[in-house]
Amino acid sequence: MAEETSTTVAPAAETPSTPERPERTERGDRGERRPFRPGGGPGGPGGREGGRKYFRRKKVCKFCVEKIEAINYKDVRLLAQFVAESGKIVPRRLTGVCTPHQRRLSTAIKQARNIALLPFAGRPS
Amino acid sequence: MNRTYELMFIVRPDMPEEEQDKLISTLESAVSSSGGQMKSVEKMGKRRLAYSVRRFRDGVYILLTVEGGGALVHELERRLRVTEPVLKFLTVRIDEEQKRLEKIAKIRAARRKVSATPAAETGSEPAAVTA
Repeated sequence: MAEETSTTVAPAAETPSTPERPERTERGDRGERRPFRPGGGPGGPGGREGGRKYFRRKKVCKFCVEKIEAINYKDVRLLAQFVAESGKIVPRRLTGVCTPHQRRLSTAIKQARNIALLPFAGRPS
Repeated sequence: MNRTYELMFIVRPDMPEEEQDKLISTLESAVSSSGGQMKSVEKMGKRRLAYSVRRFRDGVYILLTVEGGGALVHELERRLRVTEPVLKFLTVRIDEEQKRLEKIAKIRAARRKVSATPAAETGSEPAAVTA
């Protein structure tokens, strides 16, 4: 608030016209006070993980790195890596898989479930 | 009429070999009679099922790759549904996927070949992005 009064009283070099100045400074200050941080602050551009402040080591998509293009429902060992103990499909924010691969992976897991290669619930044997 | 399908089905574990072969040959004749082509037959053997199907814990997995139209798949599935020892089946269309994989393989091979000449790389780059 102290900044606001000082800029309105003394003609600052930033804003040329006098009547626009109080609006501008008010808006500017309000913008700065808002809790959003433009750019890469400690929140991390990779996605906030439930309030964690520090930058988590960026997980890479396993399929993009190893250049695995075909995600088949038949290779159970590959699919089982992305399935939790309960049989649920692990979300991509935990595995670091990129979106197109996650979609294909999800379809493959569902197909494998249908043909009894993976369970719907419970540990994959 | 050049769609390729992958048909996987599970048969009861107590079904003898020759009955399995009989079933496969029945399906094969159905395929050829409707103008399709059986590309491959693969018996994946007895496997433990992830959950019990019709009170069975194991099953024999058989994988067929068939080329033909949609009506052919309909016919095959109908036969499998009626056949008592078949527990489950799953049909997946794979020709689009194969096309995509071939395209990627081609781009990768081309990129590797022209990696010596940097001028041609710009031509293959935008295609790689869309793939």
